[in-house]
Amino acid sequence: MKNNVNREIPDEILKEKNYEVYTTDNFGTPLIQKVAPKLRATTGEEKVVDSLEDVVLKTVEDGMTVSFHHHFREGDYVFNKVMRIIIDHGFKNLTLAPSSLTNVMNDIVVEAIEKGVVTNITSSGMRGSLGDAVSHGALKNPVIFRSHGNRARAIETGAIKIDVAFLGVPNSDAMGNANGMDGATAFGSLGYALMDAQYAQTVVLVTDNIKPYPNTPASIKQTQVDYVVKVDAVGNPDKIGSGATRFTKDPKELKIAKTVNEVITHSEYFKDGFSFQTGSGGAALAVTRFLRQSMIDNQIKASFALGGITKPTIDLLEEGLVDKVMDVQDFDKGAAESMHQNKSQQEIDASWYADPANKGAMVDALDVVILSALEIDTKFNVNVMSGSDGVIRGAIGGHQDAATAKLTIISAPLVRGRIATIVPDVTTAVTPGDSIDVLVTEVGIAINPKRKDLLESLSKVPGVPVYTIEELQQMAQEKVGTPKPLEFNDRVVALIEYRDGSLIDVIKEVKD
Amino acid sequence: MKDQKERLRRTMMFVPGNNPAMVKDAGIFGADSIMFDLEDAVSMSEKDAARYLIYEALKTIDYGNSELVVRINGLDTPYYKSDIKAMVKAGVDVIRLPKVESAAMMEELEKLVAQAEEEFGIEVGTTNLMAAIESAKGVINAYEIAISSKRMIGIALSAEDYTTDMKTHRYPDGQELLYARNVILHAARAAGIAAFDTVFTNMDDEEGFYRETELIHQLGFDGKSLVNPRQVEMVNKVYEPTKKEILNAQGVIAAIAEAKRKGSGVISMNGQMVDRPVVLRAERVMRLATAANLVDEEGNYIEK
Repeated sequence: MKNNVNREIPDEILKEKNYEVYTTDNFGTPLIQKVAPKLRATTGEEKVVDSLEDVVLKTVEDGMTVSFHHHFREGDYVFNKVMRIIIDHGFKNLTLAPSSLTNVMNDIVVEAIEKGVVTNITSSGMRGSLGDAVSHGALKNPVIFRSHGNRARAIETGAIKIDVAFLGVPNSDAMGNANGMDGATAFGSLGYALMDAQYAQTVVLVTDNIKPYPNTPASIKQTQVDYVVKVDAVGNPDKIGSGATRFTKDPKELKIAKTVNEVITHSEYFKDGFSFQTGSGGAALAVTRFLRQSMIDNQIKASFALGGITKPTIDLLEEGLVDKVMDVQDFDKGAAESMHQNKSQQEIDASWYADPANKGAMVDALDVVILSALEIDTKFNVNVMSGSDGVIRGAIGGHQDAATAKLTIISAPLVRGRIATIVPDVTTAVTPGDSIDVLVTEVGIAINPKRKDLLESLSKVPGVPVYTIEELQQMAQEKVGTPKPLEFNDRVVALIEYRDGSLIDVIKEVKD
Repeated sequence: MKDQKERLRRTMMFVPGNNPAMVKDAGIFGADSIMFDLEDAVSMSEKDAARYLIYEALKTIDYGNSELVVRINGLDTPYYKSDIKAMVKAGVDVIRLPKVESAAMMEELEKLVAQAEEEFGIEVGTTNLMAAIESAKGVINAYEIAISSKRMIGIALSAEDYTTDMKTHRYPDGQELLYARNVILHAARAAGIAAFDTVFTNMDDEEGFYRETELIHQLGFDGKSLVNPRQVEMVNKVYEPTKKEILNAQGVIAAIAEAKRKGSGVISMNGQMVDRPVVLRAERVMRLATAANLVDEEGNYIEK
């Protein structure tokens, strides 16, 4: 049946997997039943183990759900070490439930799929050879893509039941008190991993840095941890975050960033005490810099900055332009290193950040967010998951969650190379157009017609022409022409959940 | 033609004619003029490809209100005639000839442009011309070049070749260009056409760029040739009129309207007669103010 963003969701998927179709971006106030893990009580004398292999053999069984976090990003060693052991011991039918999958994990996941070790995956996203393999039907069951807030919801409500969580940390004491902000492989906030630590049946910390007991500040607490495994290295510090974040010199990105800033500063939300999330995309850092100047010029301060944090946002905190940084992950070294120095840089878990099935999440209080898009269509629906070839190559991240902000801005060029970004219909609907307010491109902006207030307040901004999104789509089409429609087989290879757990779209196997 | 001669030309942005990505996006930066380069930016092996690319771009891409200029290859090259034909056929606004040293070179160009216009059924006289002056001889002959054709919209100083010809190089203070700048500016003004200053290539020296732009603004240049889109905004900032200038210009324009309403030939403001130069300056200030988004649709100053 068709859902509210006009996507055909196969009935057998709805029936077999007990799904509802997406209907609205308003979560409402339903009653929620949370789950709690079962645990083996211990005083903890034997938590420290030297052999990762022993722990894997002791904790993992066929058919289990194992989880990881992706805070080490492209510098992760833990995922590969654990998966190597799992594959070599011939485990079968595992469900992989990491917070996300980075490129450095691709090869081993593909191998695990081919050998039948992994038969189910849920993740925020995937790219490269893994996305390609899944899009070509390598995995038996469809992958389930969930946003960061939705993963938290699914874990809390038992839709994802983690049997064993293998969590790499840059430090821990012998009892499992650990944080992400100290040590050679520090990555800052442990935000996504905190869900696993709290809800997995078995929690295994993997670290290269055993600290004297008790290790503080403790983000993961000893009450949650079953094993602490010492390994040589948990990650490559050079690849965990990007180094010094360079300000873009691309004139087109700068133009878009500047226009985004004009939209923010001409909206009613730009006032003392406002809040924002900028993310890590190409133009995002430039937006932060322009916004900083506008805040200084207008003597406006923000109450908080949210989400994935970069050094330029920390600079705003240190300059006193932002009161608090609510930090679920850190994208660069500067942001990671500052966490233990700035007490106003608050580590938050994915639930606090973005979970709708909650007694309030940070995104509910968010005024302004700038998000990117692989594609956006004339209904303002956004795709951040599949490429113009239909192949999986992205991640939902916090996209659906943060898009519920009061002013959601998508920054995207009209075209990338020969590929239109603004299209009649997105290849995959990830974030519904109902939650998108303004699209900013290099030629001008389009405002969601639902937002009559914004049409009013943004219609006369000097140097910011307002178009309809259909006009922008036409401009993109005139530049690059009309591509031949993509062809897919009937088989569904991935499900895209909306943040409330309903199905907003499915991805089908690509036809070559 | 009148419109052509009075339009704002603060920024003439160079775009390499062999770079599709830059050609595609050239219209988004708000440059008053976009100059597609078929000459120095394009290697010998890419001359034909670049010509085709620019031809197609001119035919298909909407560059908004920007004036479209193409720098063709010089008279002494085998590409010269093909460049002229292709660009005239594409309907380019202005053909820019490099290394111009005499009026004869422009006359030769005009003849070929007129032939091309006839060949492609375009009204003769449609395509405008401009000259880049890049040598001592060119500077000496600046005035005869400036008045060489009714199609001329401007002359530009090109300092890299010029300083080499002068046995010097460019210095931060620009003293070596003082004579050339003033001669070119006088020639342009005497001929009633635009004067363009040379490029400033060091993108890391923002202060130097502003220093040079402020100097040429003070001298009276219409604008500057640019190598990077990011410089468009910087030049426009220098050319922004002040609030006082805008309010004064509004007064002058109101006085003109008042005089017209009364059917009076004499324009007066605050009891003083307003001369023609004052009127012209006021009109230019308002054009600059409008371009810089400093006034609204009705011409009222927008407080920042």
